Amino acid sequence: MSDSPMLEVSNVTKTFGSLVAVREVSLTVARGELRAIIGPNGAGKTTFFNLISGFFPPTKGRIIFDGQDVTNGPVPGRVKRGMARTFQITEVFPELPVRENVRIAVEVAAGYALRPRLSATERAGVNRAIDELLQRTRITEKADRLVGELAHGDQRIAEIAMALALKPRLLLLDEPTAGMGEQETFEIAGLIRRLHREENYSIVLVEHDMRLVFHLADRITVLAEGALLADGTPADIAANPDVQAAYLGHAA
Amino acid sequence: MSATVIQAPGGDAPGGQLQARQRILTLVMVWAILLSAPLWLPLVGGYTSLGTRILVLGLAAMALNFLVGFTGMVSFGHAAYFGLGVYGCGLILRYVTASTPLGLLAGLVLGGVAGTVIGALIARRRGIYFAMVTIAFQEIFYFIAYKWNGLTGGFDGLRGFTRANLHLGFATLDIIKNDVVFYYFVLFIFALVVAVMGLILLSPFGRTLLAIRENERRARFLGINIERHIWLAFTLSSIFIAIAGGLYALLNNFADPSSLYTDLSGELVIMCVLGGIRVFWGPLLGAAVYVVLQDYISSHTVNWLFFVGGVFVIVVLFFPRGLLGMLRRRRDA
Repeated sequence: MSDSPMLEVSNVTKTFGSLVAVREVSLTVARGELRAIIGPNGAGKTTFFNLISGFFPPTKGRIIFDGQDVTNGPVPGRVKRGMARTFQITEVFPELPVRENVRIAVEVAAGYALRPRLSATERAGVNRAIDELLQRTRITEKADRLVGELAHGDQRIAEIAMALALKPRLLLLDEPTAGMGEQETFEIAGLIRRLHREENYSIVLVEHDMRLVFHLADRITVLAEGALLADGTPADIAANPDVQAAYLGHAA
Repeated sequence: MSATVIQAPGGDAPGGQLQARQRILTLVMVWAILLSAPLWLPLVGGYTSLGTRILVLGLAAMALNFLVGFTGMVSFGHAAYFGLGVYGCGLILRYVTASTPLGLLAGLVLGGVAGTVIGALIARRRGIYFAMVTIAFQEIFYFIAYKWNGLTGGFDGLRGFTRANLHLGFATLDIIKNDVVFYYFVLFIFALVVAVMGLILLSPFGRTLLAIRENERRARFLGINIERHIWLAFTLSSIFIAIAGGLYALLNNFADPSSLYTDLSGELVIMCVLGGIRVFWGPLLGAAVYVVLQDYISSHTVNWLFFVGGVFVIVVLFFPRGLLGMLRRRRDA
């Protein structure tokens, strides 16, 4: 059903013991939308993100992805349905070259994960897919370097290339520019914009960099103390007095 | 100042070619040494069955390293599957039939089945918990072999069998009396197992194991079914090491509970670390160093383990990547 939203989160709550990390948060992401989730430290952004991506199940609430209930589903099932994520702290295979990092993702996505060998045609197909991904993310030059030896920004780009290899319909990016310099942030922002505007990915990202968020997002969700504070276009959010009080006031 | 990046479309990466060349060079060197060993071993003060022992324990260490070095799961109880291979082979030869291939097959099946079942039970454990559970299961098998006197000979071990000569139809290989022929027979089995192991590691499945070793979280979020892959790796590793166990029974014409004991598991881990766990051939070198040191020093003093321990400490402190790992590092630089 292509008229159902890409992602529909209804009233999810996550408690850890007596701590309520996320309280009754709902969110609907349309197809092709770029949604940013912002909020002060400890607002529950990353917990909320982990609920969406299946890192752990919610205590209450439902998560519908592409028309399917995935609330308690395991990670591999979500990945197969087209959900891919990156992490706040870049998660790559550091002792392998960029190309091999992407190769593993491409092979798993193609269903070769248990295969003892590939035919020449299959291998050529994998190599083509790798080259294409490296070019799309503009990291071809560094393809043969070990990921662990690259700069932070390039590691993040390699991680995004791996996520793209899974042919996702929804891309979840957890603080894609965390800990990056000006130039690296600029490059990552460019990549995200291309993926969104030119390749029409639906994207949900958690981000601290306000310039980036207001520049890229179609809609913004603001969390504070685990609860939904506001939800709207960048202009709405910028004008919202609650948000200014809770968040922008401190940041500015 | 415009830097034009020229890319070779579709061409193999130069890094890939260099790696392939290094791999071939290593293969040629390893096999030249192994194939010629019976010729030069006596000249350097060794003897053929010492070489055979290195092959068998080297195979066991490489099988363990399939799990430790290439999947990132440390088992301190792999002697269980080695020992089941030893007893499987010994029991067939002792009670059923004097057939070397059947003995090896029985060892493989016994160790493989145990590895499959136990692997399924422990694939969710991680780190130290995984290692502890492997030790616990090993203790169970040890006590079965130790207590079941009627079948296994208990503490005294299983005696009264010998490896049988191989009848190929056109010729008979005298592996009973001729040490050199037996060496080449063991080398043949070694080659088969190592080839399978190497091809698996170069396959898409093998790469998923590296992925799990490198970063389990990333691997999971690529959609890899981590538990299933760890279970498969454990099963394969136990099958490989059970074959080494079968060869060990043939080598000694004897099976005893020490082949199932914690000490051996520890020795195998030491061999892996000595040679280098990130290097395919590392554990074989580690086994060679360990066995030669043991053989040489134990002919001078009963406290040989003290000196082997000293060497181990030196390697761990100064060459943390192992002897072969360090060599490869230097060549890359």
